[in-house]
Amino acid sequence: MTIIDDRPGAVLGTRRLRKEDPALLTGEAKYTNDLNIPGALHLALVRSPYAHARILSVDLSAALAMPGVVAAYSGADLMSLWAAPMPSAWPVTADMKNPAHYPVAVGKVTYMGDGVACVLATSEAAARDAVEAVIVEYEALPAIIDVDDALSDRVIIHEGEGTNRSYTWDLKVEGTEGQVDAAFASAAYTVSEHYVQQRLIPMAMEPRAVAAVPQPFGGDMTLYSATQIPHILKVMTALTLGIPEHQMRVVAPAVGGGFGAKLDVYAEELLCVALARKHKAPVRWNEERGENTQASIHGRAQKQHIELAADADGKLTAVRVRLLADMGGYLQLITPGIPLLGAFLYAGVYDLPAAYDFSCTGVFTTMTPTDAYRGAGRPEATYAIERAMDALAAKMGVDPMELRRRNYIRKDQFPYTAFTGLVYDSGDHEAAADMAAGLADYAGKRARQATQNVPGATKRLGIGVCSYFEMCGLAPSRVLASLNYGAGGWEAATVRILPTNKVQVVTGTAPHGQGHETSWSMIVADKLGISPDDVDVLHSDTAIAPLGLDTYGSRSLPVGGVAIAMACDKVIDKAKKIAAHQLEANEDDLEFAGGTFTVKGSPDKAMPLAAIAFEAFTAHNLPDGLEPNLEAQVTYDPPNFSWPFGTHICTVEVDTETGQVEVLQYVAVD
Amino acid sequence: MKIRVTVNGTAHDSDVEPRTLLVHYVREVLGLTGTNIGCDTSSCGACSLHLNGEAVKSCTVLAVQADGAEVTTIEGMASADGTMHPMQQAFMENHALQCGYCTPGMVMAASSLLKENPNPTEEEVRLGLEGNLCRCTGYHNIVKAVLACAGE
Repeated sequence: MTIIDDRPGAVLGTRRLRKEDPALLTGEAKYTNDLNIPGALHLALVRSPYAHARILSVDLSAALAMPGVVAAYSGADLMSLWAAPMPSAWPVTADMKNPAHYPVAVGKVTYMGDGVACVLATSEAAARDAVEAVIVEYEALPAIIDVDDALSDRVIIHEGEGTNRSYTWDLKVEGTEGQVDAAFASAAYTVSEHYVQQRLIPMAMEPRAVAAVPQPFGGDMTLYSATQIPHILKVMTALTLGIPEHQMRVVAPAVGGGFGAKLDVYAEELLCVALARKHKAPVRWNEERGENTQASIHGRAQKQHIELAADADGKLTAVRVRLLADMGGYLQLITPGIPLLGAFLYAGVYDLPAAYDFSCTGVFTTMTPTDAYRGAGRPEATYAIERAMDALAAKMGVDPMELRRRNYIRKDQFPYTAFTGLVYDSGDHEAAADMAAGLADYAGKRARQATQNVPGATKRLGIGVCSYFEMCGLAPSRVLASLNYGAGGWEAATVRILPTNKVQVVTGTAPHGQGHETSWSMIVADKLGISPDDVDVLHSDTAIAPLGLDTYGSRSLPVGGVAIAMACDKVIDKAKKIAAHQLEANEDDLEFAGGTFTVKGSPDKAMPLAAIAFEAFTAHNLPDGLEPNLEAQVTYDPPNFSWPFGTHICTVEVDTETGQVEVLQYVAVD
Repeated sequence: MKIRVTVNGTAHDSDVEPRTLLVHYVREVLGLTGTNIGCDTSSCGACSLHLNGEAVKSCTVLAVQADGAEVTTIEGMASADGTMHPMQQAFMENHALQCGYCTPGMVMAASSLLKENPNPTEEEVRLGLEGNLCRCTGYHNIVKAVLACAGE
């Protein structure tokens, strides 16, 4: 291993060993289900084996008689514990249907794995044994697993709503009425494509785990959860359970991956807190992998209809998109908004005039609720536009990369104001495409394809090309407002220089594998001219880091990281006042480098940050009116998303007799 | 049932339910929570530990089957002075982990693999670790770490 360069200002961009690793590698890290919580009761849920059924009766008597069982409840038994139904924080339209959803189902179940009863026992094994003894009588109802079938309303899943349509959300560009129709009418080429975005299961390595621990006095509650969103969870738990927010503390200990599925507020989190309050004892729950596939959210699940219009050169003139998005049996935290995160991206990386018409209908089915999963709505958009571009290229008889090149937003057009009003800050799609084509030997591959894929050939070469934009760094709060999202997109940071020149960084991000402790230390080290080893990053505990909006949507560095850098600048500004005072110099004459303030032109007059930190602590000689601390807090609301882009080229060989696909090469230029 | 198991060099006499899994025994009875449970079905390998020197998935072994056996968990891999095992060190240096949940199982499986085959090819490493799933890394750096450790 090479020696780490610890010189101040030389940290970012260098390779460093991760601070997180020793604890994770030696088994010392504590995930939620590793916590030693004496006296905890264990929760287990009875889950519906039906996708859709009426609950006729729940008989808990045998379960209650089992050894170690403390209590057992049906959904109806628990209704008095909920101040509100489970939260869905994204009412995308005013008339969106959002049927009340409770942690344990009452009356009927709308997906397999929906909880119908729960048991509390003195051990996990006892709780799971008792679950087997709960007798539930169901009247099975037809399962509705297809969005088109659901939209027919032949079976209404939530009878009170009268329809399986949750909402229809349109994106139309003002002042462009009729342009899309006109563009299609006059197009030299059009394609009309139907794609299915398959439903999938996010599946982090660590299943979910929850522990709610009532504090001995005063009603305070600590909720430990394997979550990506301790801050949002705190607010939502308080609202749903009627607990004053200041009495709720949420801690995300080591978290074993999230992938979007831990960006949610789940029944078991609310149940553990509610039952811990009721029983005045800690209550914990560990998800089994089987439960994870049924009762943690799923991803994607869309039917996409995309139409492109192009002129004789293949230049896009209009895009029309109709999505049917499978919500599943209920709306979870941000279920309805997920497909809309892609709403702006169905024209991909291409220079499209205003002729864009997007509409998405959210549909209830009797499947596990969907929600955020890796990229959440945006990869779905890329998939649709890129496949449609291939279809257009095939129709025109043009090479797919050539068609893309004719349509890319050119480098000289950035910053580029899209038809949606969003500004793409930078990009160079031609360069990414050129590099990918070079690395993949694209021309050579096409030539090989032409000779290999002859009539009768059973091993055929396939070449896939994809150019993409992602809309990352969630998010400018005002853009979220335009989407009617229930929160902002800012991130908070505090940088606190301790008397001995060690630094605490408090971040509102909530890492679950990303390595924020290492990366944030590096930002601070470079800014303050100290070693990253002297920086401690505090996170994922709302009592220690009360302000934050957590980790998802590729936001932590572009939003949270910027907040930290800005907080460092603010601390340096304050330190400068102290330095100027003590060096009897004008602030404007001071410069800060390598952790030391010097007077311009008089390098012998200098004061290191370490000395200033101690001066701020003793407060013996500070400028009048200056508060004795060296700490700054910044809440940063980004002015724009970040717009990563690139081109990938994949070459596969398909055995047409067996369907076997072999990936020969994958080139990614990001 | 009464069992005697030597875990990380210390003998433990315990009375366990016959159905107790070895992973539950080390985690809940001995408090060694470094061994993680990922799937309950011996698919993911997160619970891998060494039973008489060989990697096993401890969610598929009963505690009573370990009666009289020597068990090493991830907590027993570093030396007494805290120096990490070469495989742990190789994982750290090759950025072979992110969220860390599969990591103890990976380290146990990988160190067992090198005991059997001290100089594996990349292909042999991939094959040898196919019973251990990782969701974060895409495996490349894990394979790199194992090869680096073998090369030392």
